[in-house]
Amino acid sequence: MYACSKNEEEITPEEKKITFSIPANFPTPAYNFEDNKLTNAGFALGKKLFYEARLSADKSVSCGSCHQQFAAFTQLDHKVSHGVNNCQGKRNTPPLFNLAWQKAFFWDGGVKNIETSPLNAITDACEMGTDIQTIVAFLKNTAPYPDLFKQAFGSTEINSQLILKSITQFTAVLVSGNSKYDKVMRKEGGISFNATEQAGYSLFKEKCTSCHAEPFFTDFSYRSNGLDLVSTDEGRSHITGQAADFGKFRVPTLRNIEYTSPYMHDGRFYSVDEVLEHYNSGVKASANLDVQLKSGISLSSTEKEQIKAFLKTLTDNEFIKNTLYSES
Amino acid sequence: MKLSQYLLALVCPIIILSSCKKSTDEVTPDAKSTFSIEFENQVNGSPLVLNTTTYKNAKGEDFKINIFKYYVSNIKLSKADGSSYLLPESYFLIDASKPESTNITLKDVPVGDYTKIEYTIGVDYARNFAGAQTGALDPINGMFWTWNSGYIFVKLEGTSPQSTDKGNALTFHIGGVTDPNNTIRTFATEINAANPLRVRTDGKPNMHFIVNAAALFTGKTDVSFATLNFTMGGANSVIVANNYASGLFRLDHIHN
Repeated sequence: MYACSKNEEEITPEEKKITFSIPANFPTPAYNFEDNKLTNAGFALGKKLFYEARLSADKSVSCGSCHQQFAAFTQLDHKVSHGVNNCQGKRNTPPLFNLAWQKAFFWDGGVKNIETSPLNAITDACEMGTDIQTIVAFLKNTAPYPDLFKQAFGSTEINSQLILKSITQFTAVLVSGNSKYDKVMRKEGGISFNATEQAGYSLFKEKCTSCHAEPFFTDFSYRSNGLDLVSTDEGRSHITGQAADFGKFRVPTLRNIEYTSPYMHDGRFYSVDEVLEHYNSGVKASANLDVQLKSGISLSSTEKEQIKAFLKTLTDNEFIKNTLYSES
Repeated sequence: MKLSQYLLALVCPIIILSSCKKSTDEVTPDAKSTFSIEFENQVNGSPLVLNTTTYKNAKGEDFKINIFKYYVSNIKLSKADGSSYLLPESYFLIDASKPESTNITLKDVPVGDYTKIEYTIGVDYARNFAGAQTGALDPINGMFWTWNSGYIFVKLEGTSPQSTDKGNALTFHIGGVTDPNNTIRTFATEINAANPLRVRTDGKPNMHFIVNAAALFTGKTDVSFATLNFTMGGANSVIVANNYASGLFRLDHIHN
């Protein structure tokens, strides 16, 4: 018996069970897999679909084209999304992680459920430029997809619901909560901030957390940070139809900010220095400017360095380099 | 003698009652059956013919219809005693281009006489924001906004010489569930008590509704295509929803 089981293990080493793990310093997630049971096969299918460029109109763009793991699942060096037929979208690609805690998606919060989020990118003429019908037909006729759906959901049936649920099994599992900051907060392994980082954290709590609230470094609200006197992108009001929302965008997370350049909804700033200088001296009196930014946020050059040092502690290399999430 | 007569008088009704009760037991408790609803699409009393026939709106403007689709959901039946039954998972997409979609079958309905029917024109608030759906709510049906979560409840596309939009197009995509532009509307109609909807194990009644597509453009506000020819949610969609809330459906008759 013993030899037998040992032998089996050698032939097919037991696959590591994919889990959705909630970091101890995170609250209860909004998405909990209750109606979408997380399985290894479902995750594997979702990941394969995420990296499948043949889903797009000209078969050149996958989800992973604009959501690159080494850039914390945003697109390095691209101001705005770069989709099929070399079309340039109008907004900067958001990074993908900790999505299970998010209740609204995209810069304007138009999409309200993680499961239906991919539809936007699938159908946008400047992203994947296709439609779900075409994708369902493609997958039905392309090996090994029918088999993979059977492994994931028990049937070779392929429909939009199963496609979206499997992609969600991949995207909702993307949790970034192992940065130095997290370890300091959780008091893991005696890790602590150095003096500069600590000074930066104190400054951050004083000047930034009213919008970039811990532990996600966003309060998920929509605000105007005075980038332009009159925004060329209507932002949140496109969704709500309310003039008071014109030019507002969701406060972005700052986790992994070291890897998510360029910054802002239109990707106008290439460096964190430019971002900090905007708050220090560049805030414009836009119509719906956030009240807390009326006088900008004054930062000395020392303070900027301290804040930058702290922001680097939000980098989660375990997440960036986790091969479980890589295209294989 | 007298006692036994009394006893007989007492026992007889008991026998009658119990036998009576027994026979009702066999018919009512938990018995379920089926009924159907036919939606006959019309425009102001004429049959709806897509693409070719010209109709007139309340302002006297000509128009043609190329697409006419709408959701009927959360169907609820009520009895004269006030009790009601909400059909679970009742979501139907009626599409004028698909004749099979205009006759819907409702299964597992408790038998009984129903004197009122009500349903949502569109999709309830929660499902607009729920995860990936299938069946009538599958985004593949072209009734889901991908950039601003939510369903298009009623979709009418066509043309009118009066439309100032490109190609004289009419684009009416009515949806949206948040105030002040909430377009969820409920339709309710009483059923003649003399001929209620009789759901029976041995009978499958059919309700016949007339659906007037022109109701989008009149009722509360007469719409001129010169000024309103395009809406995808928002305040103009509310105008249209307020129009069709009471005028879109009319119960014509029931075949029991």
